[in-house]
Amino acid sequence: MSQSVFRTALLDPAHATPPGLLDRHGTPATRRFAVYRNNVAVSLTAALETGFPVLRRVLGEEFFAAMAGVFLRMHPPTSPVLMFYGAQLPDFLHEFPPVAHLPYLPDLARLELALRQSYHAADAAPLPAATLAGLSAERFLAARLRLAPALRLIRSPWPVFSIWRANSVADAPPPRMAAESLLVLRPDFDPEPHLLTPAAGSFLAALLAGEPVAQALTAAGPQHDLAATLALLRQGGGIVGLVEDDL
Amino acid sequence: MLDHTRPAFLPPRPGAGFKPQHFPAIMAAPSPVEWLEIHAENYMGEGGRPLAQLRALAERFAISLHGVGLSIGGEGALDAAHLARLKHLCTWLQPACFSEHLAWSSHDNSFLNDLLPLPYTAATLTRVADHIDQVQTVLGRKMLLENPSAYLAFAEAEMDEVTFLAEIARRTGCGLLLDVNNVYVSANNLGFNALGYIESFPHHLVGEIHLGGHDPDLDSDGTPLLIDSHGCPVADPVWQLYARTLQLGGAKPTLIEWDNDVPEWPVLAGEAALAARLLAGVAA
Repeated sequence: MSQSVFRTALLDPAHATPPGLLDRHGTPATRRFAVYRNNVAVSLTAALETGFPVLRRVLGEEFFAAMAGVFLRMHPPTSPVLMFYGAQLPDFLHEFPPVAHLPYLPDLARLELALRQSYHAADAAPLPAATLAGLSAERFLAARLRLAPALRLIRSPWPVFSIWRANSVADAPPPRMAAESLLVLRPDFDPEPHLLTPAAGSFLAALLAGEPVAQALTAAGPQHDLAATLALLRQGGGIVGLVEDDL
Repeated sequence: MLDHTRPAFLPPRPGAGFKPQHFPAIMAAPSPVEWLEIHAENYMGEGGRPLAQLRALAERFAISLHGVGLSIGGEGALDAAHLARLKHLCTWLQPACFSEHLAWSSHDNSFLNDLLPLPYTAATLTRVADHIDQVQTVLGRKMLLENPSAYLAFAEAEMDEVTFLAEIARRTGCGLLLDVNNVYVSANNLGFNALGYIESFPHHLVGEIHLGGHDPDLDSDGTPLLIDSHGCPVADPVWQLYARTLQLGGAKPTLIEWDNDVPEWPVLAGEAALAARLLAGVAA
């Protein structure tokens, strides 16, 4: 009996138990095969529940489990490293008719993926504050900032930070309709999302694209509070290096 | 880089499967647990808390690295990227031991997250032996192969599990990891004699023993079907089989596995103390 047949039947509950599988009486092992079927579905659903706790709170446990059952059969993991399982969930939610009325869900899932990626990202020592403070304005503007491997930027047309917060922190204010950008920083071991102004979102997007500080400031526009953004980055260990092209 | 002066072997004493929530308790005070086992796949990130905890544990305890995703029994080629991740982790950690399962879990680029059964045939033997040769060559070390828990048998099987495992070890030079709870679960589910299995096992090849809990369920005919849940204490008949195993093979590094509904650390340490009492009665 080929593993291809076994796999197909594992993932499809409507599929017949493959032939040649026996219980202790030598009769076809339908009940026994169901144990493996259950192990696969339950363990992958648990991996998604662990990875997307806020999405689960928003959708409800029962709905989330049903959605996970559909997702894991369409997108079983492609790697045994399950800490990153669920990367296709945002795109899946975008196309999943039962949640078409909740268009912010894909970005909420992206935020939870970003928190998980940040948790497992490489460690990097922050750039000493004195290094930045010691630069002339001219050199600072020409430099490119190397950002921490654990830093993630999410820019959403939805109030995704407020929705996340309202479902993870007691007494958080209810979300109000607005586009939101947020920055995930990991000062020590625990990733923390921070709400950004739209201008700071543009500034960080330009830095992440490898632009020098001057170009990032142009992208951010006159509303941007550079001092506040740098203070946030410094507190969260977000800047880990400096690249000066011409020196 | 880690300090590699700690023991390069597992002591023939109790160990426990490491869970991150137990980290403070493990580091705070000594317990009957003398070594720790980790699931390799949980430490394949780039950094952060998991690797920081592992670094701290490895400075104090011998570590057994236990893979749950290599799919050694898979019909296709081993996942080269996964094997490379495993080598990277082994090189950094220098574990006292590396083990994997006689099972498959990946097929056609999908990972099914369960230890799936294999028919014990000459063709399976050749394939598994080839994969173990490859693993041992890439890692540059001998591995241990673990007997699975089974829920069904294959009509096409040509030999029993003990014969199969002994032949794999003979062909590849690998050692064996004897999971006594798996023997008990499989014996009930497939209708063979657990004590007979233990008495015919090649104990001189055993480098590590696993003990864990199982849960009773019901088969379609109303008889017990045992589920290898790792979610409760080790059952009395499994302790009895373990005592017989020690009589036959001598004291061996013995792991308490508890992966679901994980209790507070003292409960795990209590299970380890039971193993310590039995280990104290036999020579290594």
